[in-house]
Amino acid sequence: MNLLQFLSGRLVKGVLVLFAIAVLNFFLIRAAPGDPAQVLAGEAGAADAQLLEQLRERFGLNEPLLTQLWIYIKGYMTFDLGFSYRQQQPVLTLVLDRLPATLLLTGAAFVISLALGVVMGALAARRVGSWSDSLITALSLVFYATPLFWIALMSQIVFSLKFGLVPNVGYETIGANYTGLARALDIGHHLILPAMTLGLFFTALYARMMRASMLEVAGADFVKTARAKGLSPGIVSRRHVARNAILPVVTLAGLQAGQLVGGAVLTETVFAWPGIGRLMFDALLQRDYSVLLGVFFMSSAMVVGFNIITDLVYRIADPRIEAAS
Amino acid sequence: MTSAIRRRVGFKQTLAFKATLALTTAIAALGLAPMGALAQTPKAGGTVHVVVQPEPPMLMQGLNQNGPTNMVAGNIYESLLRYDEKLTPMPSLAKSWEVSADSKVYTFKLQEGVKWHDGKPFSADDVVFSLDKFHREVHPRWRPIVNAQVEKIEKVDDLTVKITLKQPFGPMITTQEVASAPMIPKHIYEGTDYRANPANNTPMGTGPFKFKEWKKGSYIHLVRNPDYWAKGKPALDEIYWQIIPDAAARAVAYETGKVDVLTGGSVDVYDVQRLAKLPNSCMTTKGWEMFAPHAWMTVNIAKGGPLANKQFRQGMMYAIDREFGKDVVWDGLGKLPTGPISSKTKFYSADVPKYTYDVAKAKELIKASGYKGEPLKILALPYGEVWSRWAEAIKQNFADAGINIAIETTDVPGWTQKASNGDFDLTFNFLYQLGDPAIGVARNYISTNIVKGNPFGNQGAYVNPEVDKLFAEAAIAPTDAARQELYNKVQKVLVEDLPVLWLLEMEFPTIHRCNVKNLVTTAIGVNDGFRDAWKE
Repeated sequence: MNLLQFLSGRLVKGVLVLFAIAVLNFFLIRAAPGDPAQVLAGEAGAADAQLLEQLRERFGLNEPLLTQLWIYIKGYMTFDLGFSYRQQQPVLTLVLDRLPATLLLTGAAFVISLALGVVMGALAARRVGSWSDSLITALSLVFYATPLFWIALMSQIVFSLKFGLVPNVGYETIGANYTGLARALDIGHHLILPAMTLGLFFTALYARMMRASMLEVAGADFVKTARAKGLSPGIVSRRHVARNAILPVVTLAGLQAGQLVGGAVLTETVFAWPGIGRLMFDALLQRDYSVLLGVFFMSSAMVVGFNIITDLVYRIADPRIEAAS
Repeated sequence: MTSAIRRRVGFKQTLAFKATLALTTAIAALGLAPMGALAQTPKAGGTVHVVVQPEPPMLMQGLNQNGPTNMVAGNIYESLLRYDEKLTPMPSLAKSWEVSADSKVYTFKLQEGVKWHDGKPFSADDVVFSLDKFHREVHPRWRPIVNAQVEKIEKVDDLTVKITLKQPFGPMITTQEVASAPMIPKHIYEGTDYRANPANNTPMGTGPFKFKEWKKGSYIHLVRNPDYWAKGKPALDEIYWQIIPDAAARAVAYETGKVDVLTGGSVDVYDVQRLAKLPNSCMTTKGWEMFAPHAWMTVNIAKGGPLANKQFRQGMMYAIDREFGKDVVWDGLGKLPTGPISSKTKFYSADVPKYTYDVAKAKELIKASGYKGEPLKILALPYGEVWSRWAEAIKQNFADAGINIAIETTDVPGWTQKASNGDFDLTFNFLYQLGDPAIGVARNYISTNIVKGNPFGNQGAYVNPEVDKLFAEAAIAPTDAARQELYNKVQKVLVEDLPVLWLLEMEFPTIHRCNVKNLVTTAIGVNDGFRDAWKE
């Protein structure tokens, strides 16, 4: 199978999966109790039947369910993600407005965790049993097991409140009106805590996976052969062990990359980071169906897209896959 | 009515101002500087960062009266009147008003030289449009009042509006608070689909601050209105309303100086005293008198069984350790209520049957009611940790009194739906009293307000024709004395009957830097407080 066939096959499957997900999401959300009109009226502290009727009409909830589904699917087929009557804006505008903040946070966390995790895992595997291996393993276990929100709050108390090193919340200094490099540095300053917090969990995950995978590969026959033919430990480790051991890490990285657009609900909430994760969480609590469906769809599209990319990377990392197909 | 209510507030204020001016001049002439007054001279300029939680759905106050919406938009929009902490009306867009001898005609004289934020003049046409058209169509609080009580709203001249009632309606003068009746620009909204008007995203009023920017998920930026009609106000240049979803992070943001004001309810109750004691930190529980949030446990009487039995409800009331709830769960914030009307609201009476924590008496009443251990559930209010703890504490109280009780949990939309549709045994609720029992109290007990889908009605479906009659008569009784007498009676009947179990007159303290001065000066606190606030 050549690359084009491979890609087109994957794309067709991807579109079918996305369609199924879109329909499933539609029914899943409506299966939850509550409706957007009632929530909006509920928050207002005053409601009457007429107001609820007006809101339901506005939200399109007075239409039969199948009509609502048809309007939704028809819109998506023309790349129209719908309109949030609660926020009085098109869903696409809301999502695109939050996208840069989310990509910055999840992207930074992704890079930090992948780089740190792979290096730490490889280091631990090469010096298995040493104090550095024990330290890395212990740290990974702690980062993996500690709840994210606790790390987030503790980091705010230690680094913001006690030492005053970094701001505890927000995307930038509100009201400072920085521009250019000063603004970039200000955003970077605000990014440190959330990116590190979000990155720690994945760092631990990558480190543990890389270490285990490298130890497994290190015992394989072809590695023994490589050593027997007199290759230096460094070359054996880099060319033979690491390259083969990285495949499970690539899978995991692909999964994480697929979630880049979905945002990070907990981290974004605790650090008041104005990203998609919070948009989605707020929409869930408000039963803002159109926003929820829009974010779900975009996240699903990203996961499907990154799965295809992961498959491609696999073919590059392991030529046997290409040969076999 | 014993005498005509005539108020010429503008005139009175002018007199008071002249008297103050004369006194100040005399003190200055004697060389005695009024030190306190000098120290409090408002300083122009400055930026204040305020927490608003959660993020408002929109800022067009005519279409949304959500608490956070009101906090921000109450400084953009204005109404005819403002109210002091005793709920006495004060001039706002109306500089004075008169009530006819038969209490049926209210004449409002408007301030001169008022402009909308786009520079167009504000006039009586806008008032008539707002009260007679816009709010009649979309405002869930004004609509029932205008439909039931108002005969006509008319423009007398550009600066005079007359509201003629069908019959005397005592609460009328309390209805002109900014969230209940904000003035809407006729030239922007007339003839449009109000809810789809693009101007909803760029709210425009006559208020002291103009809308500048809303960075969703981050902040709302308001800037000083340089053309504001009250000369010299506002003192502040800018307000940034910051959106920080996590309560602990909000507390840290205040401690690190990122925000200057924590609005009521924006931090966990157990953090309040700690934050209030920080250097340069001040706290006030004032500014909620108009709302007087009243918390109770709704009993679903419509379900029948033990809940429909008065003795059982009385037993539950004796079983609840309300002092514990106030002192421990709410960390001392609030006051125990005596009945349906808050002590902050007009026509309150303490002359009602009393219920103290008494487990033995609770058991006795529950036994006498014929209760046979039927399982009951408390539908917890999903508004944060403190409500969950309260549900747990009361569950324990009920279990101690021999009630077979469990807790049911859900999220906010789930709660709203269940509470609105009568799908519960017992649940918490808290509602604003809005200054007058006819507006904010009667709605929870009258049988005409048993409406599915409305979480603010008579959710427990309590029916008592005597209560219906007393509330109806009290709303339109010609004098305050007559109203007081009727409300005294209805409070006695309700406290005897216990359609709900009243738990707490809630307090939502505002915590702020002490150098933010004059922030809370009215019955709605920060909701219209930035007009007079300044930063030292």
